Amino acid sequence: MKSAVVQLPGLNRDRDMIAALTKISGKAPVTVWQTETEIPDVDLIVIPGGFSYGDYLRCGAIAARMPVMQAIREKAEKGVKVLGVCNGFQILVEAGMLPGALMRNTSLKFVCKEVKLEVVNADTDFTRAYEQGQIIRCPVAHHDGNYFVDDETLKGIQGNGQIVFRYADGTNPNGSLLDIAGVVNQAGNVLGMMPHPENLIEAAHGGSDGRGIFASALDVIAA
Amino acid sequence: MTISNSIQITPELVAAHGLKPDEYQRILDLIGREPSFTELGIFSAMWNEHCSYKSSKKWLRTLPTKGPRVIQGPGENAGVVDIDDGDCVVFKMESHNHPSYIEPYQGAATGVGGILRDVFTMGARPIAAMNALRFGAPDHPKTKHLVAGVVAGVGGYGNSFGVPTVGGEVEFDERYNGNILVNAFAAGIARTDGIFYSKAEGVGLPVVYLGAKTGRDGVGGATMASAEFDESIEEKRPTVQVGDPFTEKCLLEACLELMQTGAVIAIQDMGAAGLTCSAVEMGAKGDLGIELNLDLVPVREERMTAYEMMLSESQERMLMVLRPEKEEEAKAIFVKWGLDFAIVGKTTDDLRFRILHQGEEVANLPIKDLGDQAPEYDRPWIKSNGRAPLPAEKVPAPENYGEALLKLVGSPNESSRRWVYEQYDTLIQGNSLQRPGGDAGVVRVETHPTKALAFSSDVTPRYVEADPIEGGKQAVAECWRNITATGAEPLAATDNLNFGNPEKPEIMGQFVGAIQGIGEACKALDFPIVSGNVSLYNETNGVAILPTPTIAGVGLLPDWSKMARIGSAKDGDVLIMIGTDGSHLGSSIYLRDIVGSTDGPAPAVDLAAERRNGDFVRTAIRNGQVTACHDISSGGLAVALAEMVMASGKGAKIKLGECKGQPHAILFGEDQARYVIAVPADLANFVRANAEGATVPFRTLGTVGGNALVIDDLLNVSRDNLTKAHEEWFPTFMA
Repeated sequence: MKSAVVQLPGLNRDRDMIAALTKISGKAPVTVWQTETEIPDVDLIVIPGGFSYGDYLRCGAIAARMPVMQAIREKAEKGVKVLGVCNGFQILVEAGMLPGALMRNTSLKFVCKEVKLEVVNADTDFTRAYEQGQIIRCPVAHHDGNYFVDDETLKGIQGNGQIVFRYADGTNPNGSLLDIAGVVNQAGNVLGMMPHPENLIEAAHGGSDGRGIFASALDVIAA
Repeated sequence: MTISNSIQITPELVAAHGLKPDEYQRILDLIGREPSFTELGIFSAMWNEHCSYKSSKKWLRTLPTKGPRVIQGPGENAGVVDIDDGDCVVFKMESHNHPSYIEPYQGAATGVGGILRDVFTMGARPIAAMNALRFGAPDHPKTKHLVAGVVAGVGGYGNSFGVPTVGGEVEFDERYNGNILVNAFAAGIARTDGIFYSKAEGVGLPVVYLGAKTGRDGVGGATMASAEFDESIEEKRPTVQVGDPFTEKCLLEACLELMQTGAVIAIQDMGAAGLTCSAVEMGAKGDLGIELNLDLVPVREERMTAYEMMLSESQERMLMVLRPEKEEEAKAIFVKWGLDFAIVGKTTDDLRFRILHQGEEVANLPIKDLGDQAPEYDRPWIKSNGRAPLPAEKVPAPENYGEALLKLVGSPNESSRRWVYEQYDTLIQGNSLQRPGGDAGVVRVETHPTKALAFSSDVTPRYVEADPIEGGKQAVAECWRNITATGAEPLAATDNLNFGNPEKPEIMGQFVGAIQGIGEACKALDFPIVSGNVSLYNETNGVAILPTPTIAGVGLLPDWSKMARIGSAKDGDVLIMIGTDGSHLGSSIYLRDIVGSTDGPAPAVDLAAERRNGDFVRTAIRNGQVTACHDISSGGLAVALAEMVMASGKGAKIKLGECKGQPHAILFGEDQARYVIAVPADLANFVRANAEGATVPFRTLGTVGGNALVIDDLLNVSRDNLTKAHEEWFPTFMA
């Protein structure tokens, strides 16, 4: 299974993501620069975290309108898996590839700490390595992770099982609606999540709960 | 409003530039005429305290700066230390005190930005940051605002740039009411054959401006940093620079790519005094002249004068000397990253610093004299008065030991700093092995299977106030201990020396004493100073800060699987104190926060004992005999034990029955060269025998277990109550 990591000016967790994908799949991902209009043949495209374009205007607003985004959209429509983490999630939401919006944390402050996540839907391409309802550890590091979606859309995504992760055990760090931490699109091949699984994949990280997401997406063994 | 380059130079204009009459006369003697307005600005920038170190140079020269691992000592953008396998660590600490008081968010943010540039201009990707922050009394009306702004600014810049913050300090004291301290540290890793220096080489080579456009921000900043504050401080706000971490991230990537191409002959970041300082230093170091044409400088404001362009402190800019045949390749990289790349001048062989603007020569100065001939002062100083001894018997014991301990762990200075560090990204880059809250931050060297680096920043200003020499020694010793406590070998340090007005002999005496102590300790511990920064004139309306010589050190763990943490003790482990029993309460936090006095001498620092005890602890850790380790510092043994209990979640039963001496001194005395280690029960005898063999004093304290810290019948405090007190203070204060 092959993967690609998108690189935009201001993204800064691309190296963390490249390391995680390499360690878990055994293959280094290809990288895709902001100006590319074609993405190579891969099974998983990852938009990593950071502050693309300085978060100018809104987080992810400029990235969502770059040429490379159209290429990603076309791949997603063909069924290629797309994972957006943190700023990547914000970009997918701005690009209309996922529902909802990500607002400033209710504390108004940046927060970096470990939280607990409930795997609400273990039946997606990204969560098969987990059990339904499993609680995992995961770090977060963000200023604008407060997920919101209007009532009607909420009913829709609940009905379709599109809520994939929720903050568990009272660890919601940003005030997001219904503790939502990650959602998938209707087709189930595009996942956006605020927490950083790529920072919890090995002993040096103090745990490997995050491996399952990549293992599922790349069809490799999680452990 | 434009000031003409040929304006009449009046005494008021000279004074407004921070130059004393005798310094101005020196200028006249040096160049044989009146300076132009631009030239006056250039002299004021190069000769102010912040850039010239005129009050401190004489003393800084006495510090030990060499060692078998030192590749580059003070004098470059940052220090460089060998960490084996062709790798090196590049690091420095710098202050941004005055700007942060005026505009806390941007002052702190640009402090972080500046130190990051100092590291990556040498070819090293930054991998760790720390910051030592000192604020006024919690109840001072400005403190909350300053804390909120500074922490947000540090996080705002560092998180966006993408470097993990792994350690630091936050301290409150009324002596910082009018002058807060923001000391920012950064470290990066490079290959030893991939270091870039700032010395210009080659005549007639292009001098290239890289990065963000130049505006009017921060004009005169370096001069502001060299002055005391008074009531007109609000007017100084335009002198604070404004940072853009997104631009700096792009600049980092562009510079690292550029450095792979062979295009860079010399490179320096533009920091204090912007284009002036970087150009003069690059030329002077290489014994070359520099000619600049300001019409070619990328600007973002209209009608900027030569003076403004030379002194602007706009952020995120570098200056380099280019290998001419690489121009196209180099420029393409900067176009890719959306940054300016402009040839703005050339190197010459006439040792002149020539500035051209709109067809006129607006400055023509001797380049070496701007640097080498800056005034150097041997300021008068008086040795600080010693303090009378304060035996423990003369210090009242607490009425309730448990309450005293709870008060200390829940006090402004000993409480948890979680409110602060959860606003910093402590994880980015995926290599953080130990994050804030322990003795040292530890970061894996990602290109190596087992190596890691440990980082700590320390100083105890109340000790330096009581005894500058001992306090200087103690800052180095505590930094060295904190690194040792993880199992790392301390390699080298950087300093950030924050003091009041050096024109006052008693302040200069504090500075001289502290340098003496720092020098002694660095020599005894093989811990050279490889970079650093001096910040003077930290006084408001004549009241100086506590003398604060911050020491930030780096250590090497060859194998991080043999690393110790504060909180990893297991039930049944034996707790052993390495070092002697507590006896010294002078200048202790027990005395200050429980008894209400700041009296008494600083604790003595026995450097031989530090070495012997620390080497023993490090060896035990590396031999896998230690499950947890914590050094003993402020608050003594009781606070150290409480911190281990809170970190592990496991209680401890301590018996000190055999100790001779006053119980409150044993528990809260701040004697130096001490650690608490947790050792598996079956290894305790072995470790004790080794300590005896190494003539390392030790005492068996007790065992890990239960959920309370119990010390004889003196105190019995539950882990939950300790944690509650510890975690509560800061969020309540900032709410």
